[in-house]
Amino acid sequence: MTVKPVSRPKHTFATQIYLVEVWKGLAITFRHLFVNLFRHTMRALGVKGIEPGAVTIQYPEDPAVLGKRARTRHRLLKRDDGAPRCTACLLCETICPAKCIRITAENAPSVIVEKRAKTFDIDLGMCVMCGYCVEACPVDAIHMDANDVDTSTYTRKDMIWTMEQMLGAQPKPASKIPS
Amino acid sequence: MTCADYAWTTVKVLGAIGFGLNIAGFLGWVERKQSAVMQDRIGANRASIFGFTLLGLFHPIADAIKMLTKEDMHAKSVHKPLYGLAPMISLGCGMFCLAALPYGGTIEFAGRAWTLQPIVSSVGLPLVLGVLAFGVHGIVMAGFASSSNYGLLGGLRGASQMVAYEVCLASSLAGAMFIYGTLDLQQAVLWQTQHVWGIVIQPLAFILFLTAGAAITKRTPFDLPEGESEIVGYHVEYSGMKFGMFLMTDFFESIVVCGLITTLFLGGWAIPGLNLPAMGLIGGLLMLGSFTTKVMLLLFLLMQIRWTLPRFRFDQLLDLGWKNLLPLSLLNFLATVWGVYLWR
Repeated sequence: MTVKPVSRPKHTFATQIYLVEVWKGLAITFRHLFVNLFRHTMRALGVKGIEPGAVTIQYPEDPAVLGKRARTRHRLLKRDDGAPRCTACLLCETICPAKCIRITAENAPSVIVEKRAKTFDIDLGMCVMCGYCVEACPVDAIHMDANDVDTSTYTRKDMIWTMEQMLGAQPKPASKIPS
Repeated sequence: MTCADYAWTTVKVLGAIGFGLNIAGFLGWVERKQSAVMQDRIGANRASIFGFTLLGLFHPIADAIKMLTKEDMHAKSVHKPLYGLAPMISLGCGMFCLAALPYGGTIEFAGRAWTLQPIVSSVGLPLVLGVLAFGVHGIVMAGFASSSNYGLLGGLRGASQMVAYEVCLASSLAGAMFIYGTLDLQQAVLWQTQHVWGIVIQPLAFILFLTAGAAITKRTPFDLPEGESEIVGYHVEYSGMKFGMFLMTDFFESIVVCGLITTLFLGGWAIPGLNLPAMGLIGGLLMLGSFTTKVMLLLFLLMQIRWTLPRFRFDQLLDLGWKNLLPLSLLNFLATVWGVYLWR
């Protein structure tokens, strides 16, 4: 690694009387203001080909925009024959630092794998989103790419996701306000 | 003075306060939207009446309802009379200053002369500056009465800032007042209609007054007395409408400062090329419109400065006030006096 010399800003008379720098700053903010006002007006008038005047995403109405590598809620994957890939090896449960995964195993009927998960629950209320379970899985059964960020619930119990829900086989029922 | 005179003065004073209240509410919207647009955001846009959001114009109304209906809490140890009095003094001083501004000249209408200045005084300028300076008592009182160390420190910061900048505020105007030859705000406007606008003959004073004026409105970059989130200010123990009154005081003082700049440097209610006092009712309306437009443009500039510059450190703030603005304004005064002496 080479040393890269960084030149220090010079304190000239123009910067020290501050007034010039104030107007430079104001020029930047005024430019943003008028350019954005122009864009907002043109888009409101329905002119095509104008960039949006704001980077805001109106989230509950418009979908959340996530990065391609965003790490979101867990998703369980299936084999080609439709059965869950999980072989209930418990590696994810073991490595989980938040101890939010709870798996019970049972013997698998097929001859390809010995065991399969009977239940596979993840408590998202405890999950720290570290992604260790994805790294640990030897059979690529769990991913954290469901791109679903609306996971808030009214009770802690509703934060627990079951295997069917994470497989996408069955929708998660909406959380109700506890009476 | 007849009964009609008293009634007309009352109407004018109420009008001036209504002017201030409406613009203060509008500024709440301007503040949100202007900062949002210049920062590539959208800004508050959710408050709606029957599904109409009107670009978020209902947010100030929602604010007012929230503040009025909020529980009026205070700590047990506060000094109650002073605690209640402090926001009233702050806001009252701002309101008084608004009522002393010349919104228009004297017009002839319906066989009678109507003066569009609520409080007509031959010492209008010292009156406004004095009352504006008196507003700092509200701040110190708030800091003292709320029995909180943070509040007290904020009040003290406010007091020393006000002292530093009130001096510059008054001394930067000395040159202009010397040229106008009057302390009456109305006469200053009339002088400018007959000669040139103050900004042409006193450009340095304009900049100095704008800076000092921005400082006494206690808004960023001079918001050390308040510092809502980082350096806690004098109104830390206030909630509900009492806090709202402090918030409104800032807007009122902004309007007063912009009104003073308009009056003293931008020709007040005058429109170049038009003889407004001779135009009757239309002239009066044009006066009000011209004054309001100039004030709004200045408020727009102040708002932009507020959202562009970061806050000063406190020693930088006092350096700017005592070591830069004050000598410059005194030099400006001396240069003006010598210039007038040599020219005559």
